[in-house]
Amino acid sequence: MTTSLAGAVVFYALAALAVAGAAWVAFARNIVHSAFALLATFFGVAGLYAFLSADLVAVIQLLVYVGGILILILFAVMLTSRISEVKVSNRSAGFGLGLLVLLGTIGVMAAVALRVPWGKAPPATPEPMAPGVGDALLGPYVLPFEVVSVLLLAALIGAVTLARGRKRIAASGTPGAAAPDPVPERKTKDEERKTPDGEVQP
Amino acid sequence: MTIGVPHYLIVSGILLACGLFTVVTRRNAVAILMGIELILNAAILNLVAFSRLVTGAVGGQVFALFGIVLAAAEAVVALAIVLQLYRAFRSVDTTETTELKE
Repeated sequence: MTTSLAGAVVFYALAALAVAGAAWVAFARNIVHSAFALLATFFGVAGLYAFLSADLVAVIQLLVYVGGILILILFAVMLTSRISEVKVSNRSAGFGLGLLVLLGTIGVMAAVALRVPWGKAPPATPEPMAPGVGDALLGPYVLPFEVVSVLLLAALIGAVTLARGRKRIAASGTPGAAAPDPVPERKTKDEERKTPDGEVQP
Repeated sequence: MTIGVPHYLIVSGILLACGLFTVVTRRNAVAILMGIELILNAAILNLVAFSRLVTGAVGGQVFALFGIVLAAAEAVVALAIVLQLYRAFRSVDTTETTELKE
């Protein structure tokens, strides 16, 4: 499949956005910077999906990852880290080993990608793929589709149950004294936690 | 000029490597989750690229959608666990929170 020059420029720009974001996630000292760099990666990968004319997957990527998972991660960062102490918020360990893993993985993946003869590319006419994906989801893949909806319900109930806070933890080991839920405003955040799940399901 | 399968595979390989690096080196549990999200994104990018450039069918895209849904469910439950961890230990440093019991 031949790509025009403009197409190649767009591809390399999107790939550079995704890769730069990923590198920043890996190397940033401040965890809030990591979270926002993750945003750049998600946008870059969504653009690559659109470049592959996988329009539905690109939109779902933006909705679920940027609108849901990234917000959740930011909430978790703000709720759990001592943001003001930047140095402790994102300490790293084993830098040499990590670098070894990084370079080894890139080397192996690049060698495999360049040496294996991948199949002949089908004729590339940009066409909307969403109707085909929808037909497939409600045709041959209808059973996994329904099972996934049950999984989402289970994840929703599990997340609410886990994040609600058990009385034993609040009372720190005194079994009889069932203290009331210490922080009621956390429940509102659990409510917001539900919404990305709701968006996933078409 | 041809943008083929190897281009996408190399991009996704770099994403995978950065995710692995994040998982290996970070001590903050939330940062480790970010690395896992990077790895999942790399895998899903591979699925979509193969679906478009090798088979030409929509099966890979359907699989990618399922992967995104699973990633969302995983992130929600894992972050709820991280919140509980913070509530119990006042820390999300994975080298400090080494006990199941308080």
